[in-house]
Amino acid sequence: MRLTFTPLNLARYLVWSGFALILIVAPLIFSKGAALSILSQIGTVMIFGLSYNMLLGQGGMLSFGHAVYSGLGAFFAIHAMNSSGIGASVPTTLIPLVGGFAGMAFGVLFGYVTTKKSGTTFAMITLGLVELVFASSLMFPSFFGGEGGITTNRVRGDALFGISYGPQIQVYYLIAFWLFISTIAMFAFTQTPLGRMINAVRDNPERVEFIGYNTQWVRYLTLILSAFFAGISGGLGAINFEIVSAENVSAIRSGAVLLFVFIGGISFFFGPLLGAIVGVFFSVMLSDFTPAWQLYLGLFFVLLVRYAPAGLASLILMLLRVKSFGLFHRIWKPLLAVCAVSLVGFAGFLAGIEMLYHLTLEAANGSIMTRFGQQIDVKAAAPWLVVAGLLAAGIVGYRRVQPGYYAVWSEVNAEIAAKQRGSAA
Amino acid sequence: MIKTIRPLTLAVSLALLSVAAQAETVKIAFIDPLSGPFAPVGQNQLKSFQTIAELANKQKWAGEHTFEVVGFDNKGSPQESLTQLKAIIDQGYRYITQGNGSGVGLALLDAVNKHNDRNPGKEIIYLNYAAIDPDMTNSKCSFWHFRFDANSDMKMEALTTYMAADKDIKSVYIIGQNYAFGHAVSRAAKEYLKRKRPDIKIAGDDLHPIAQVKDFSPYVAKIKASGADTVITGNWGADLALLIRAAKDADLKANFYTYYAVTTGVPTAMGAAGADRVKIVGNWLINGDIAAGKDIVEGYKKKYNDDYYTAQTHSSIGMVAQAIKQTKTTDPVKVAFAMEGAKFQSLNGGVMMNKVDHQLQQSLYIGTWSKVDGKAVKYDQENTGYGWKMDKKIDAYYATQPTSCQMKRPGA
Amino acid sequence: MEFTLFTLLNGVSYGLLLFMLSSGLTLIFSMMGVLNFAHASFYMLGAYMAYTISSVLGFWPALVLAPIVVGLIGALVERYGLRPLHKYGHIPELLFTFGMSYLIVELVQLIWGRAAVPYPIPKELDGPLFTLFSTSFPIYRGFMMLVALSMLASIYLVLTRTRVGLVIQAALTHPDAVEALGHNVPRIFMWVFGGGCALAGLAGVIGGNAFVTEPGMAATVGSIIFVVVVVGGMGSLAGAFVASILIGVLQTFAVALDYSLMTMFNGLGANITEATPGYELLKLTISQSAAILPFLLLVLILIFRPKGLMGTRE
Repeated sequence: MRLTFTPLNLARYLVWSGFALILIVAPLIFSKGAALSILSQIGTVMIFGLSYNMLLGQGGMLSFGHAVYSGLGAFFAIHAMNSSGIGASVPTTLIPLVGGFAGMAFGVLFGYVTTKKSGTTFAMITLGLVELVFASSLMFPSFFGGEGGITTNRVRGDALFGISYGPQIQVYYLIAFWLFISTIAMFAFTQTPLGRMINAVRDNPERVEFIGYNTQWVRYLTLILSAFFAGISGGLGAINFEIVSAENVSAIRSGAVLLFVFIGGISFFFGPLLGAIVGVFFSVMLSDFTPAWQLYLGLFFVLLVRYAPAGLASLILMLLRVKSFGLFHRIWKPLLAVCAVSLVGFAGFLAGIEMLYHLTLEAANGSIMTRFGQQIDVKAAAPWLVVAGLLAAGIVGYRRVQPGYYAVWSEVNAEIAAKQRGSAA
Repeated sequence: MIKTIRPLTLAVSLALLSVAAQAETVKIAFIDPLSGPFAPVGQNQLKSFQTIAELANKQKWAGEHTFEVVGFDNKGSPQESLTQLKAIIDQGYRYITQGNGSGVGLALLDAVNKHNDRNPGKEIIYLNYAAIDPDMTNSKCSFWHFRFDANSDMKMEALTTYMAADKDIKSVYIIGQNYAFGHAVSRAAKEYLKRKRPDIKIAGDDLHPIAQVKDFSPYVAKIKASGADTVITGNWGADLALLIRAAKDADLKANFYTYYAVTTGVPTAMGAAGADRVKIVGNWLINGDIAAGKDIVEGYKKKYNDDYYTAQTHSSIGMVAQAIKQTKTTDPVKVAFAMEGAKFQSLNGGVMMNKVDHQLQQSLYIGTWSKVDGKAVKYDQENTGYGWKMDKKIDAYYATQPTSCQMKRPGA
Repeated sequence: MEFTLFTLLNGVSYGLLLFMLSSGLTLIFSMMGVLNFAHASFYMLGAYMAYTISSVLGFWPALVLAPIVVGLIGALVERYGLRPLHKYGHIPELLFTFGMSYLIVELVQLIWGRAAVPYPIPKELDGPLFTLFSTSFPIYRGFMMLVALSMLASIYLVLTRTRVGLVIQAALTHPDAVEALGHNVPRIFMWVFGGGCALAGLAGVIGGNAFVTEPGMAATVGSIIFVVVVVGGMGSLAGAFVASILIGVLQTFAVALDYSLMTMFNGLGANITEATPGYELLKLTISQSAAILPFLLLVLILIFRPKGLMGTRE
């Protein structure tokens, strides 16, 4: 008898159970009104982002047209929901699969021509493709619904176990279910030989050819799988919004997912999850509070590209790394100081931008601006002085504190690097 | 005496309570683009609504109840509108209004129907002030939807009646944006012209992609080559402005009959290029029928340095107020029943809300873009020095359309 | 005859405007390998600057000053934004310009508002240049063509006949060798980027008053200039010229053609009605699909000839 020993990977079980727990518990914490629909939106964007990262982060393929697959998947899903033929027999719970297979079919179709080249050529051809599909969507109104799109009723068919998907909470749990499965599937993909090969293709395509793999075939297969998951996210979007229109296949949506995934961090598997939360926060929630949300999103993105090109995930992981080496106690005080002065300066900056926006865009409504319950007169000098003061304090404070933090940070990281080298040697 | 005080105090406090409870704020959610390319139009119309709401509160149109109009930015997208709708429902709004884009309008109509279906007792009413796809009061009509602008078929009916009387029109070219509205305009134009003036030749019928064409000179060249003396177009925004400019550049001697040359942005872009050439069909013209709306127009101009031209803001809030006063409640279902078949005096004369399809019947106007002369044209638009001269006011019944609406009413 | 002639003229003038827009982009790309997504935003910036300057000083000073201002802004962006990103590779650079495009649109809206601004064609250039048969050709279009052609000529002369141009051409293919010879290559990059943006700004000055100046103008031309650059061949100025004329003429003539697959089949004897399956696809006329022709061309070129028409690198 052979006894085999495989150690129990406790961390893996903990992490995935934790993820599942968060998904289940989230609506109970954020239970106020529109919060549920935002959570549902975050869920669909997470799947979309993860599928996109299969191309960008894992494959090094910068695509400007990923919305083609999710959008076409959404259209097929919504037609299936509306159909009285074959589509009628598919229960709403499985509709995302219809979207997934449609996305996959288009991945097979378009992927063949797009993956022939990589790099900038690939990026350009995906841009051309998405513009093509978007422009065509307005020309074939019977399938794409013209500028109003196609609507549906997600309460259809028999309600199994009383689940009709009328109430938003049921839709949320459907999305959470598919999100969990898709995340497991996409993570598993990264552990497969194909997942490893696409990493190799990203890092050194020439070498991959040397050892006998066909880079185009590897890219093609990855794109097909990525399109499958994009289609699932599209189908879930169709169920959630009950409407699909031309903007589902637009370059704007492709650009948005690129932005979100990059903000989260493309080199980490969970980066897109983070990016989806931040992205939806900016584009859906912030837009209710301030007209300047696009400015903030653009600024945030540019600063991230400039100072943290590996995304928010990298920032978190760097801090975690320091913590895991037990050196966190050295940096937390300077870190706190830097954060505090940045917050002060940031508050001043925010206030200034808001006042500027009010001045130029809402001037006709008078000079009183209401934000956070405070009435601020933008024509008076006092608020501007406050803004200037905050900004000045922030800048001066930052200059004072940052070098100290930088010194400690570099020191700590050098120690960690040395430790890692030492342990490797 | 104590024995009488208690019931007395009870009665008085109940009376006070009921009076206090009666004075509600009727909140109306305005869902339209407040950012992006159509922001100027949306902002203008939000401010117009808010102006009328203030007036309604001051003049107590709804008795003790007051109105409040709050803007929600849908960025021009049907999907974003539905997201906003969810937030709006959560915040307790029972009335929504929208107008920019029939695509958004249809999506909202569908969503409102579904919500009212799934949530009896929490119904919302959709006051449609400018989405003019005819389907919304025909195949897709709904009890919860009221349209305050004449739909595109009605406008075309009025336009072709005016054109039929003009013997100089021999050949017409139809150009539009390639989407549902453009198709509707083209179809209606051809059908109605054939009925009223079969001798008019349809020289051409073109559809171009929406908001994508920068250079309209090839289209103008086509119009010229066809020999048309009149152009009918439902274009709006940059598409209309660029078309008119290109026509002037190529010296195309044709009259343009438009739906939307009055909307924010087009007058500035048109400027002198459209003088005496561009005509419009609409539900109100300031220079024609100013009496009722003079104060509103001048007050709006003074406050915002912008033009008030959306008369539907007046008729919609006015009729809701009238219904509230009549039924002594702000409950949307009762108000809706009261609005059906109701008559109202708005800025453009007497209007009536059709019971059968919830389409408002009102007079329509044909106007020409002309230089301000202090007599026929007193008010200009967007400080360009040009304004709309009224050519003809067409009574409501000329534009009435048959309807295929089979409306399902609650409680029926 | 009138129709063909004027359609040809219109097509060529539209193509030349496209060339003005994309020449800067080709230059930047061939120099630095960076696809500048914010290029259309600099075009928009040029138009708005020209509007402000011309309302104070007049059109002709604006024609000179606005591109210079936009060029300086571009140089600053390169110096403080792009240069530190060179070491991270092309993708972060691309994404930075991508983010810049969002930012510039917002800043423009903040400063000039969200509505279109009345940037007018100057009186001297308003009117017909000549009238053939019964159609007139506006002076302004002729002016546009003139500026575009002189732009092409001057770029060519600068690049091939001046010392600076030779250094730039060398830095194009062998930046390290040029740096070893003592030239300040990063500074050359900065000025080339600024120059490319200045060209976009100039296109904005010319195009902003002919077409509406509004915050959405960048988005509408954004994708088509990439088509021109890619179809012409990334890295080739002559290719961009040929491609822009080709696309301009193609799109303009396509509008005139009302033929569709249906007319072809019906001409061959078939009887296609609304009931025929695929009717929607069959009745699509060439004129209705004129707007997607550039993208179709882009996809086809990338499949069959990724180098572009006259490209030297992919």
